[in-house]
Order: sequence, then structure tokens, then C-alpha cells
Amino acid sequence: MSKVQAIALNTFKEAVRDRVLYAILAFAIAMIASTLALATIGAGMGPKIVRDVGLGFISIFGVIIAVFIGIGLVHKEIDRRTIYTIISKPIHRWQFLLGKYLGLVLTLFVNVAVMTGALMVLIFSVEGVWDGRLGAASAMIFLELMVITGIAVLFSSFSTPALSAIFTLSFFAIGRLLEDVMLFGDLYAGPLGRMVIRGLYYVLPNLGRFNISSEVVHGLPLGEVVSGMTVLYGLLYTLALLSLTALIFQRRDFR
Amino acid sequence: MVVLKTEGLTKEYRSGFWLTRVRVLHDLNLEVCEGEIFGYLGPNGAGKTTTLKLLMGLIHPTAGRAWIPGRDVSDVAVKAKVGFLPENPSFYDYLTGREFLHFYGELFGIPYRERVKRIEELLDKVGLSKAGGLQLRKYSKGMLQRIGLAQALINDPQVVVLDEPMSGLDPVGRKEVRDLILDLKSRGKTVFFSTHIVPDVEMICDRVGIIVAGQLIRVGPLEDLLGGEVECIEITASGLDEAAWVQVKEWSIRPPVERGEKVFFAVKTEKDASRAVELLVGRGVSIHAVLPQRPTLEEHFLQEVARPEHSRRGRP
Ligand SMILES: Nc1ncnc2c1ncn2[C@@H]1O[C@H](COP(=O)(O)OP(=O)(O)OP(=O)(O)O)[C@@H](O)[C@H]1O
Ligand SMILES: [Mg+2]
Repeated sequence: MSKVQAIALNTFKEAVRDRVLYAILAFAIAMIASTLALATIGAGMGPKIVRDVGLGFISIFGVIIAVFIGIGLVHKEIDRRTIYTIISKPIHRWQFLLGKYLGLVLTLFVNVAVMTGALMVLIFSVEGVWDGRLGAASAMIFLELMVITGIAVLFSSFSTPALSAIFTLSFFAIGRLLEDVMLFGDLYAGPLGRMVIRGLYYVLPNLGRFNISSEVVHGLPLGEVVSGMTVLYGLLYTLALLSLTALIFQRRDFR
Repeated sequence: MVVLKTEGLTKEYRSGFWLTRVRVLHDLNLEVCEGEIFGYLGPNGAGKTTTLKLLMGLIHPTAGRAWIPGRDVSDVAVKAKVGFLPENPSFYDYLTGREFLHFYGELFGIPYRERVKRIEELLDKVGLSKAGGLQLRKYSKGMLQRIGLAQALINDPQVVVLDEPMSGLDPVGRKEVRDLILDLKSRGKTVFFSTHIVPDVEMICDRVGIIVAGQLIRVGPLEDLLGGEVECIEITASGLDEAAWVQVKEWSIRPPVERGEKVFFAVKTEKDASRAVELLVGRGVSIHAVLPQRPTLEEHFLQEVARPEHSRRGRP
């Protein structure tokens, strides 16, 4: 396990020593801060809009970082041949993959935490209260990012960064819309179409499950939406993605 | 004891639009013994790197097997006792030299205190003590090669596999790497390294394998490959009179050369040489040198590579 940890920390180190990450983060915080302008909108809507847009930014920039780093995570190691000296050490290929994945997840965790902190400080400065429910929303955003990172790493293990970006973003879009597609299918599709859509529903990542922003924003109870099942779903889906990646990766020639 | 062995090791790549199969390594059978320096010599594109990657489990063989200390190379545990330096290595350039070595030490599970000690030793050995705190992106090519060597030795390996360890180094650097390899041997380690530069092999190797177009065509101790046979014997003399000159011209297998006082000529056999020296000395000619000329490994190598059956690319 210490080997996985060494690779994860090295991956994290690479990310935090890259100036681009700071640029993205600074931009994200600037965007979150700009929601302050919306706080004064009348009829009590201001606080809700600030929360809604703020969480939206956290999610968007989280996805940007996950995809931006994730698509090159494995490909870059092969392309720059840094992988040669790693695979020639007493370490399993899956350990390498898991380490890379966890390194990026750690990077995302820190980034989401910083952005969430910024949003909370912002809201505190306006309303004078700490809104802990934002933390729950961010935790679910983070869980979604874990799945998206898994998808990015899967594609990164056998395809180029550009293609991986396209694939990952497509999966992200489909994953977000999946529940709507399902509803649509139940309403309008024929029996065969309904079966196909149901099949896809179980295979594709249902990212909508992780979106609890509206409950948080409108002050609805979270008990129903934040369930152990959702967390389990995210973790199992990620595990499946990583297993598939490891399977592909094991057979690869690094040439 | 054999510490590295391949049996029928074969690699085919699929390449091009039609994914045609190209065999880049044919049925390699190789044994490297404990404590020896084995030079793996071949021209560009011969299949040296392919062989080393197979040994390190970076690529999977199409056929055949390879063992390092008794275990199949697909078993990752093998690598605990192996050190590897890839060709033109490229590393995480955001790490400092020390961080870099710590990272690899962690991959071997070496405890922190031991790592620190070992890293300082290694940095000293490869002459990078002062540059240990510098990020690798600020290293020169030669420095990268050195830190790469240090990385390969972090686990005090039994078997060290190096892909062109001297490439990119200046003459001083080459000598240092040669000394380092000899030092490993003196500590009982086995070194297997590839190169296309003959003198590197000639200077330090116990045994040599020559690979051309994916086939191992010669393997053996250096002396055997050089063939004990003498090509000709070169004689240096001075103070020749007319008659001696006529004689020398007659004996010499190539036109004699005059440089200042001295005359250089060559005869075919040792018998001819003794006769010539005896006669010349009898005439009052002074003899300065009698040197048997053996073909160099370089000449052997060029001969082998030039053979027509090796010039085509192998296809299965
Ligand atoms: N990924 C690949 N796909 C297809 N063919 C390859 C691939 N890598 C190497 N080859 C071919 O395999 C052959 C052997 O290559 P290899 O890199 O093992 O040679 P080498 O002996 O190390 O040469 P050099 O001295 O130039 O490093 C070459 O003909 C090369 O074109
Ligand atoms: Mg090579």
C-alpha cells in the first residue's frame, strides 16, 4: 500500500507544482466571488442564487480539473516514457493505476475544499452565518468527480488526450441527462426502445444522483437525497471503472 | 550460476495501416552468469531495446520466456533485485534529484532512514551531490543519465540492466560509467548492458552478444569473438641498406611505409616474421617493434553486420 501511496503523492505533487492548476483555481474563486453581485437581487432570491450559482461553479471547475488532468494522467506517463522506470520496479500495474487515480482524487479533494471554503466565507460575509449544508452538496460533487475521473483515466489508459477528453465529456453529459432520458423513454419510446434505454441506464453513470444542489439551495431536507446507497453507487461505479482500466492496462505494451 | 536467461524469446509488433506483423526479435536464447559484465551489441534498430523491455516486463513476448534470478519476468517480485536504466531516460522533471530518488526508494519499500543514507551515497557515486536539490528540469543530458543510473541502483540490485548507459555522455562521463560498471562487478553484481559502440564493450565486457536484425548472431567471451588468429605482423625497423630494402619490399604483404628514419612493413605469419627479423638483424638493421595485429571487435562487428543475410528485415 505504501507503493500506491508513493505514486499518489507523486501525482499530487506534479499537480500542485503545475501553475496551470493555480490559474484554474484562481479563476474559479474569482467566478465564485462574482456571484456576490447577485446577492442583492430582491424578494429574498439573492441568497439562493448565490448558493446555486456558487455550487454550479464548484462543479464546473471540478469537472474541468478532473478532465484536464485525468485525460493525460496515464497517457503522459507512457508518452514521456516516465512509466518505464516505474513498471520496472516491483510494483503491479494496477498499483500504479490506483496510485495515479488516488493522486488526482486527492488533488480534486483539495481543490473542491478550497472552492467550497471560498463560497462559505463569501456567504458568511454577507449573511453572517455559516451554511454547513454547502459542505454536503460539495461532498456529493466530489463523489461525482471521483466517477468522472475514473472515466477519464479509463480512456487515458488506451487513447490520446484529445480523444479521451471528447469521450469523457460525452459520458459526463449523458450521465447528467440520464434520468431525463429515462423519463422520456418511459413516456414515449416503444417497448424495444424502452429496453435499450433501461439497459443504458444501468450501464452508464447516473450522475444526476449526485446533484443535491436544489435541495441545499431551497433548504429542503437532505435525508432523502444523501443516502448511503448513493455513496455506495458512486464508489462501486468507480471501482468497476478502475477494474476495467486495470484489465486493459495489464495487457498493454509500453513501446 | 545463470542469473538471467531467455528461451525462444520472440517479439512481433503490429504496425502500419494494415497492422502487418513485423518480427523484431527472433527466438532469442541467452544466458548471463552471475558476476559477469555482458555487452549486448547491435546496430540501430537491431532489437536491443526490445529485448530489454521484454526482460523488464514493459512489453509482453509473442513467444518464449525470460527469467531473472530463477523467476519468470512476469512476476513483479523479480524486480526487487533488479535495476534498470531505460534508453534516453526521461523523468519527472518537477522533482529534485533527491525527491526523485526517494520516490523510487519508496517503490522498493526501503525505510526512510536507510533511503536517506543510500541516496547520499548514490548521489556521491554518480557525482551529483551538489545538484541533489535541483529540479530535474534544470539537469543537463549527462546529469539526467547519471541520476538515471542512481535510480537503477537504489535497491542495491543483484542484476543491473542498462540500455545504452553511455549515450549522451562526454568522454569523461563515459569513463565514469565504465568505472561504475566495473565497480558493480567487483561487488559481485551482474551487469547486462546494450550499446552500439564497440570500444565500450571491448574495454569492460566479459562476454558479448551481437544482435543484428533481431537475431543473436554471435555470443561468447570477448577473446573468442575476436578470434585468437593473427591477421599479420607489423615490423618497425631502421637503418636499411639497398639490399635490405629490396628484401623488405619482397616480404611485405603491403607496400612498406617510410616515416623519418623508420620503415614500417607487415608480414603474413609468425614464421615469416622470425625469418625477416633474423636476416635484417644479421645485416645490421635495427628492429624497433614486432607487433602481431589482431582484428578488432569493431572489424568483426562490421563484418557481421555487412553479411547479406542480415541486411533484410525479418518477417515471420
Ligand atoms: N512500437 C513499435 N512498433 C513497431 N516497430 C517497432 C516498435 N518499436 C521498435 N520497433 C522496431 O523494432 C526494431 C528494433 O527496435 P529496437 O528499439 O529494439 O532497436 P535497438 O536495437 O534498441 O536500436 P537503437 O540502437 O537504435 O536503440 C526496429 O526495427 C524498430 O523499427
Ligand atoms: Mg535501443
